[in-house]
Amino acid sequence: MEELRSQLRQYIEDTFLMGVRAEPLADDASFLEHHVLDSTGFLELIAYLEETCAIKVADDEMVPENLDSIDSLVAFIGRKRAA
Amino acid sequence: MASGAFPSSSLPRLDCAAEAERICRWMVEALASRLHRRGFVVALSGGVDSSVCAALAVRAVGAGKVYGLLLPERDSSTFSTERALRLVRQLGIAHEVFDIGPALEALGCYERRDAAIRRLLPSYGAGWRNKIVIAGGLEGGINYFKLVVESPDRVRHEVRLPAREYLEIVAATNFKQRVRKTMDYFHADRLHRAVIGTPNRLEFELGFFVKLGDGAADLKPIAHLYKTQVYAMARWLGLPEDICTAEPTTDTYTLPQGQDEFYFALPYRRMDLALWSIDHGASGARLASVLEVAESQARRIHLDVEAKRRASRYLHATAETIEPIGCADA
Repeated sequence: MEELRSQLRQYIEDTFLMGVRAEPLADDASFLEHHVLDSTGFLELIAYLEETCAIKVADDEMVPENLDSIDSLVAFIGRKRAA
Repeated sequence: MASGAFPSSSLPRLDCAAEAERICRWMVEALASRLHRRGFVVALSGGVDSSVCAALAVRAVGAGKVYGLLLPERDSSTFSTERALRLVRQLGIAHEVFDIGPALEALGCYERRDAAIRRLLPSYGAGWRNKIVIAGGLEGGINYFKLVVESPDRVRHEVRLPAREYLEIVAATNFKQRVRKTMDYFHADRLHRAVIGTPNRLEFELGFFVKLGDGAADLKPIAHLYKTQVYAMARWLGLPEDICTAEPTTDTYTLPQGQDEFYFALPYRRMDLALWSIDHGASGARLASVLEVAESQARRIHLDVEAKRRASRYLHATAETIEPIGCADA
């Protein structure tokens, strides 16, 4: 799980933050509230998850509880893989 | 402009006579004092927004100084062109009908769009129709888009759009608005006139326009008016009945598509109420009461409006420069 967490953090940093934040984004920080991702950003994130994490995100799983922070992503992917 | 207490089921009434007078005075002043052009060019879609803009332009400077453009392409509704033709005849303005389809073909607009669709639905081809539909946000999820296609024998297929295909389909269809704007400015340059942009407040404030496409203009006379106010203005101006009652559509995709399906997520009357309330500082409870929805739903609508406003900043922004430069900031 720590490897997954680190991989996701790196993806968010490289793709969306690009090193311009003064403070690193906390793992429980909301992407929406911190304006890290907009709706196109979430589509890109989902494409990344489906390509690299070997999961398929269903329409009804596209909710903030699953996708809106590093913590929620790690938990969501963990649940998907365990299912 | 009308303002005041929070509305119950509709916006405060617009004093159309006073507002038309105010807009027309401003249009003449902008034209002569700041834009230094001799009249207006306006592209007419057959919808209520561009029709109201054209009619206001005629009131402001006279029919002789307004040039109308009808720019259909192969996916446009023929009803749109017919409505626009009735309008130019009523207003008595010079106009041109120019089919932008061949230009779009040459740019690969249709081919690129269809190639992206076929990656998801390989059987898509000639005779099929398509549209994009927004989903997710108002159900408490994250906004995403679905591609809906219909085969020639009327069988519908629906698929969630991945980022790559969504962006490619939108980018390809944006050729339409950008080619139209190229034609607007050809005539504006030729006639030494200013281009009128026709967004209403919902479109302007929430970013429902194409950057450097329909978003490009020299002045936007109804950008401050909510959609229901634009309809009221259309009636006051005496525009043809079918324009006064025309439902807002994108007229961009081949299947019939309301603007609320593609972007706003609420029908325009309710979106007007939501935006008016939010613009006037309504609390979640107030918004819920105005829209007659649960507070949780009102909160989601509020978040959706905020997200769209943020997204619209890029669309409105001029090019970044490292520091203020000369006349650009004058």
